Amino acid sequence: MSVVFEKPKALADVTTHYCPGCTHGIIHRLVAEAIDELGVEGRTVGIASVGCSVMSYNYFNCDMIQSPHGRAPAVATGVKRTRPDCIVFTYQGDGDLAAIGTAETVHSATRGENITVIFVNNAIYGMTGGQMAPTSLPGQVTQTTPYGRDVHYAGYPVRVCEMLSTLDGVEYCERVTVDSVKNVMKAKKAIKKAFQNQIEGKGFSLVEVVSTCPTNWGLTPVDALGWLRENMLPYYPLGVYKDRSAQKEEK
Amino acid sequence: MSERVLMKGNEALAEAAIRAGCHHFFGYPITPQTELAAYMAKRMPKIGGTYLQAESEVAAINMVQGAAAAGIRAMTSSSSPGIALKLEGISYMCGSDLPAVIINVQRGGPGLGGIQPSQADYNLATKAPGHGDAHILVLAPSSVQEMVDLVAKAFDLADTYRMPAMILADGMLGQMMEPVVLPEEGHAREIEKPWAACGHHGQRKHNIVNSLYLQASELNEIVKKRFERYAKIEETEALAENYMTEDAEYIVTAFGATARIAKAAVREARKEGIKAGLIRPVTLWPFPKADFVKAAETAKAFLSVEMSMGEMVNDVRLAVECKKPVYFYGETGGVIPTPAQVLEQIRKIAGGAE
Ligand SMILES: Cc1ncc(C[n+]2csc(CCOP(=O)(O)OP(=O)(O)O)c2C)c(N)n1
Ligand code: SF4
Repeated sequence: MSVVFEKPKALADVTTHYCPGCTHGIIHRLVAEAIDELGVEGRTVGIASVGCSVMSYNYFNCDMIQSPHGRAPAVATGVKRTRPDCIVFTYQGDGDLAAIGTAETVHSATRGENITVIFVNNAIYGMTGGQMAPTSLPGQVTQTTPYGRDVHYAGYPVRVCEMLSTLDGVEYCERVTVDSVKNVMKAKKAIKKAFQNQIEGKGFSLVEVVSTCPTNWGLTPVDALGWLRENMLPYYPLGVYKDRSAQKEEK
Repeated sequence: MSERVLMKGNEALAEAAIRAGCHHFFGYPITPQTELAAYMAKRMPKIGGTYLQAESEVAAINMVQGAAAAGIRAMTSSSSPGIALKLEGISYMCGSDLPAVIINVQRGGPGLGGIQPSQADYNLATKAPGHGDAHILVLAPSSVQEMVDLVAKAFDLADTYRMPAMILADGMLGQMMEPVVLPEEGHAREIEKPWAACGHHGQRKHNIVNSLYLQASELNEIVKKRFERYAKIEETEALAENYMTEDAEYIVTAFGATARIAKAAVREARKEGIKAGLIRPVTLWPFPKADFVKAAETAKAFLSVEMSMGEMVNDVRLAVECKKPVYFYGETGGVIPTPAQVLEQIRKIAGGAE
């Protein structure tokens, strides 16, 4: 019998705690596939952040460190600077990366740390039950913006790729999504490239994955994907925001 | 043995760390520990180590945490306001059983306080090094030579017991210049770290460095296990200098720079015929309780002298269990007590207690 579907080796054979239809599962798989294909599981150290993905330390088969809320890039810096042969990635939500951890994100990026950042943007604080995130859309109803996010009161969402692409230290940042097979393939390519860059010593690479949180959006998984397409993608356009090496080649 | 050299406290701390096998330093500028970081910035590139100026103390301690989790000796240094910011990381390191050394060259507080010497972080270091049930090792040098010796000890203890260690110094010690003998390079103890997250290389199951336990019973058990380790440390690692305590009726106690002043006062008191002695805790956690218990058998009273409003004094009270009166004398905010002022206090107690 031929095997048609296999779990990536870098993904542990356990049941995750993610809600049905949550895109965290797809993104985990893509990260694990990239690690497998590049053959680096044995020297990879993953940094789990605080958010729904905190227990990803149980889901990846590489060595894992659980970091304080927002500090994953600093922890990753500590690992990479002292163990340069390790392949180091962080896996962070939007609250973690773009609110409490903004300083760590911006400064690890501007230092050009040779790490890979997987950024899951689901426009909400999932783990704590659906509060406003730095990436919640204008007008978006959340537990803490019950009348919709009023930008004059609660401010505007943060566009991470756009912001980081202005920094000289950044090698690569791309925004992808996982709403369709085609986009999953693209996301896979981006994630693999973000790891490949690190292997080649190119520097800070971040992939933002526009994601869903059906549970806290109060939608079915399918409707959540529709909401993502209609509301998130216009505000967070997909694409490559910076690719330093490609830009150099063009010149 | 290497030759004697004249060194500033802050620089001696840095060089001692390097010789203890710590080749990775992460910090953020603050007075009065400046020379330490500057020294690291100069030395580390020459030995293939890391000096990294982080964006904040929060980031610096988390970089140390990353290095520690990867099984590498690493250090950060700061002064009181910056140490406050490191507490989050320190608590996580306690929860993840990670060793590292944190230098606190204390200055006056609260708030921005001042930049002069202080000992007002005693409670922070020994009682609440971050949230949750936890302890860190706290070592208090009182000379530049002891700064050198205790840095190496701090790394060894931290690695042995898998927990953070803090050197609780102050601005006076940091700025002080004294002759020191440095240990030779390349003789640092190496302690195996099979738990480190540094890549499994297909040789073992993956390591997880973590402080999260969502099952209350599991967390309960893990914290209790850790406290068994703490109890062992309290039994075996407490350290104090006893000076003229044998026949002392009045025990002065002080740590760090203040102990030097207290010692001078004790000597003066002896000249006046007052039987004074000094207990100088070298480890603040574990607190050298036994030395106080023993002294309480014969002493008439205790006097804790501190550069704070009185923090260690409470541990002295607990140690002597109200068997003898425990007095306090302190100055704070950067004001350094003089030997004459301490002597005055000893006289008062000796007179009052007759
Ligand atoms: C210092 C600190 N503050 C707050 C929290 C509570 N907290 C846990 S997860 C979380 C939000 C995470 O949201 P996000 O990063 O967007 O990830 P998601 O859960 O949506 O995947 C918060 C605020 C915490 N654990 N630590
Ligand atoms: S709460 Fe949201 S982000 Fe978290 S697991 Fe559930 S669906 Fe996913």
